[in-house]
Amino acid sequence: MTNKNKPIIQMKGISKFYNVGGEEVRALDNASITIYEGEFVAIIGPSGSGKSTLMNIIGCLDVADKGEYLLDGQAIEKYTDSELAKIRNKKIGFIFQSFNLLSRMSTFDNVALPLIYQGMPMHERKQRAMEAIERVALADRAKHKPTELSGGQQQRVAIARALATHPTILLADEPTGNLDSRTGEDIMHLFHELHEAGNTIVLITHSEKIAQQAERRIRIMDGHVEEEPYTFKTEGGII
Amino acid sequence: MIIQSVKMAWEAITSNKMRSFLTMLGIIIGVTALVVLVSLVNGATSSITSEVEALGNDMISVNVFDDKGLPLRLEDLNTIAEYESVAKIAPSGSSSAKVKYLNKDMEISLYGTTPAYYNIQGLKLDYGRFLKSADLDNRSYVAVLSHDTAKELFSDTDALGKNITIDGRIFLVVGVLKEDESFMGAFMGSKSIYVPYTVESRMSGIPYIISFNVASTDNTAAESEINSMLLQRFKQDEEAFNVINMSTISSTMDTITGTLTLLLGGIAAISLLVGGIGIMNIMLVSVTERTKEIGIRKAIGAGYGSIMAQFLVEALMLSLLGCTIGLLLSWGLLELATALAGKIKFTMTADVVALAVGFSSAIGLIFGLYPANKAAKKHPIEALRYEG
Ligand SMILES: Nc1ncnc2c1ncn2[C@@H]1O[C@H](COP(=O)(O)OP(=O)(O)OP(=O)(O)O)[C@@H](O)[C@H]1O
Ligand SMILES: [Mg+2]
Repeated sequence: MTNKNKPIIQMKGISKFYNVGGEEVRALDNASITIYEGEFVAIIGPSGSGKSTLMNIIGCLDVADKGEYLLDGQAIEKYTDSELAKIRNKKIGFIFQSFNLLSRMSTFDNVALPLIYQGMPMHERKQRAMEAIERVALADRAKHKPTELSGGQQQRVAIARALATHPTILLADEPTGNLDSRTGEDIMHLFHELHEAGNTIVLITHSEKIAQQAERRIRIMDGHVEEEPYTFKTEGGII
Repeated sequence: MIIQSVKMAWEAITSNKMRSFLTMLGIIIGVTALVVLVSLVNGATSSITSEVEALGNDMISVNVFDDKGLPLRLEDLNTIAEYESVAKIAPSGSSSAKVKYLNKDMEISLYGTTPAYYNIQGLKLDYGRFLKSADLDNRSYVAVLSHDTAKELFSDTDALGKNITIDGRIFLVVGVLKEDESFMGAFMGSKSIYVPYTVESRMSGIPYIISFNVASTDNTAAESEINSMLLQRFKQDEEAFNVINMSTISSTMDTITGTLTLLLGGIAAISLLVGGIGIMNIMLVSVTERTKEIGIRKAIGAGYGSIMAQFLVEALMLSLLGCTIGLLLSWGLLELATALAGKIKFTMTADVVALAVGFSSAIGLIFGLYPANKAAKKHPIEALRYEG
């Protein structure tokens, strides 16, 4: 199924600058990383180091000022906003610290929303959304609104929404940041399960403890990236 | 996608009902003003028009101001009656007079005329008879009363065979007319009495005809024939008499009411426009409030078009909902107006409804465009970071 040596994210010399009061802030400075299919990678760094900036670029919410970025072999630079929206819809599953569910909508409607933007017919959409909801064990909460759910349940709805489109990567920014440690562990457990099932996961955190649960870490400090090496794999084991 | 946009818009509108209602208020008032005003004018117009037509679009009315010493007599009217274009002709001498019955008395309009008058004016008998030619020949002192006159003098008792006194002369009541149900009759009342022309001219001391009515078969031809006959008679003096063609009056009236409809409709349209600005205002607030929502939608893959469609559909739905409420309200108000007016039926025509719906949709779309574009153009990261 997954080809462990196929690069999904290839970044070369990516830089992002912000101009704050006439002064240039280098949120990302010449960052080069590669993430392979089926990996579980943690991006770790202190506050203000550039983690969210990196995630926004990986997730096609933003484009870099300099450098090359290939997502699933596709160069992301010269796209219009609408084209970027399509790429996000198809290839990225976002999971945010503050869940970011639409409060007026039920669990089911939240999960089905990205499929609506794909123009998926109703019958198929229903099936896909229910599959994703069952995957995070919330079938009995499908009709509930976010305000009627606990924080952990809300984050599971957000994960189901990310899974519904069968994205190329799951991109989670501090997914346990708003949860107590017990619930945070449950969510981490879910990520492990999803990883074992073959999903590619990029998890952003400032916690060393959480980062240690990933297969590999990318460390970031003041916009500079340092990557743990990737061990190439063959069927059946490590070379 | 459209179904989804409609569903989302409906959820957004129903999630804050009070605000949605206030947003729609401008449209509700605008639509109500438009529909009610236009329907009222239409109702009154068609009522007046049908009356003028009932009076006879084919009717011509002639007044003589100066007969140059050659007064018109009944014989002259007989000459005119010979014209092919003329169906009926009747003199109508009129003066105001005082009528008395027992201890009751009142002011009335006294008409001296001939039997043909009955058909020309489209009068209707309640009971008894109208004037007969024998009454004219014999100069009989007989009188036909209008409904209002009979009611005032005789209450609800039978007036036939009773003697009344008109300006000191005694008349026998031979007939009573039905109530004048016309729009003008209802407003002006019709306290009148009809007596033979020959009797009235003797009473008023005017032994010749100063005005007469004609029912024509072809009113342009009749108008010009009568005109040239009178011109010749009155030494080519155009000022000596005046020929009024009813069909000209009704077409003038059409122009007036047309202008009135346009004017009132225009005022109502402006209030609809103001309603549109209300929608735009609230939509702009709503777009700002929902910045986070827009960010989330964009992050999970909504493009410019999807967000644009969502907010446009919402604006359109608000204005159409307002329009629907306005139409219901108008319907109620028009029913009320019909009940109060009694004699006129005010209804919403399909044209007016179509106009209101079309105008509201256009306003929803036009005034929704700017807020929707503002929403659709938001940068996803900034929108996501927004904490409202
Ligand atoms: N829109 C912006 N305008 C100006 N500067 C910005 C902007 N976004 C980020 N920055 C700056 O870029 C740097 C990296 O920010 P980033 O949000 O990526 O940090 P982070 O690692 O995600 O921090 P945290 O853990 O607090 O979320 C910071 O110095 C920040 O001030
Ligand atoms: Mg961050």
